[in-house]
Amino acid sequence: MTDPFKLWSYLSSGPLLWLWATLIAYWVGDTLFKLSRRSPFANPVMVAVVLLGGVLLMTGTPYQRYFDGAQFVHFMLGPATVCLAVPLHANLPKVRKALLPIIAGLLAGSATAIVSVLAIAKAMGAGPGLLASLAPKSVTAPVAIGISQSLGGEPSLTAALVILTGMIGAITVTPMLNLLGFRDWRARGFAVGVAAHGIGTARAFQVHETAGAFASIGMGMNAVLTAFLAPVVLSLFG
Amino acid sequence: MIPALSLILACQLAGEIISRALMLPLPGPVLGMIFLLVLMSVSHTIKEVVRPVAQFILQHLSLLFVPAGVGIVAHLDALREHGLGLAAALIGSTMLAIVVGAAVFVAVAKLTGSAADD
Repeated sequence: MTDPFKLWSYLSSGPLLWLWATLIAYWVGDTLFKLSRRSPFANPVMVAVVLLGGVLLMTGTPYQRYFDGAQFVHFMLGPATVCLAVPLHANLPKVRKALLPIIAGLLAGSATAIVSVLAIAKAMGAGPGLLASLAPKSVTAPVAIGISQSLGGEPSLTAALVILTGMIGAITVTPMLNLLGFRDWRARGFAVGVAAHGIGTARAFQVHETAGAFASIGMGMNAVLTAFLAPVVLSLFG
Repeated sequence: MIPALSLILACQLAGEIISRALMLPLPGPVLGMIFLLVLMSVSHTIKEVVRPVAQFILQHLSLLFVPAGVGIVAHLDALREHGLGLAAALIGSTMLAIVVGAAVFVAVAKLTGSAADD
C-alpha cells in the first residue's frame, strides 16, 4: 500500500488531478443548472469556481499548481473565440440590418460600464491602483489585462474582477431584462456581450442563438472600444 | 475534425501574428474570429467543414472560463479588503451597463426601423 500522503503529493503536483477536478466541478455546475430548469442563479461557472476554490483553500493548494492542470481547458478559450465566427456568420443578415443600433448600443453600454464602475468605486473609497484595475472590467480577460497594465493597475486582480463581472452579468441579465420587458433578442444579447464579455456571451447562447451571436459581436467590439475609452475616462477620475 | 481544428488554430495563429506585428489593441483570437468569418463567407466548403467542430466547442463555452475564474481565490484578500465597495461597483455597474446598452439598442432600432424579426 502506498502512503496516502505521498500519493496525494504526487497527484496534486501533476496536471491530471486538477484537469479532472475542473471537468467534474463544471459537470456538477451544469447538472445543477439543468436540475434548476436553467435558472440563471445556478450559473455553472460560478458553481464550479466555488467548488474548486473551496477545494484549493481546504487542501492548501496554490492556484498556480491548480492552473498547471487546468491550463488545457483554459487554452481552448482562444480557439473557442475563433469559433464564434460560426454563429456570427449564421446571423450576418440580421447584423447588417442592425448596424446603427449596434453602434449606438456599443457606445452607450461601454461608456456606462466604465464611468459607473469608476464612479461607484471612487465614492466607496477605492484608490488609484484599484480604479485602474477596475476600469476594463467589462472586457474579455486577455484584453482587460493589457489595458489594466497600461493604466497602472494590477493585471491579475483585473482578471479576477473581469470574471466576477462576467458572472454577475450572466446571473442578472435574464431576470432583469425580463422584468423590464425587453423582448428583442438582439438587444438583450448585444448588451450582455458588451457589459459581461465571454461569460455573458456563454449565458446568451444558453438562452437564444440570436442573442448569443449578438453577444459575440458586443464582446469583440467592446474589447476594442474600451482600449481607447478606459484611459480617457480614468483620467477624469484621477 | 482535424482539418477543421487546423483551420481554427490557423486563424488564431494569424490573428496573434498580426495583432503583435501591428500592435493592435485587438487580441489574436478576436482577429482570428474575423478571419474565420471572412473565410466562411468566401467558401461554402470551409463553412461546412468548420461548423460541426465549432458547435461542439461552443456547446460548453462556460467550462472554458472555469480555470481563470478559480484565480479569484488568489485575490481573496484584496477582494475582502474592499469587499463592499467592489461588490457595489461591480454589481451596480454591470447591471446598469446591460440596461443602458439594451435600451439604447432598442431605441435606435425603433428610430431606424430595424425591427427584430423573431
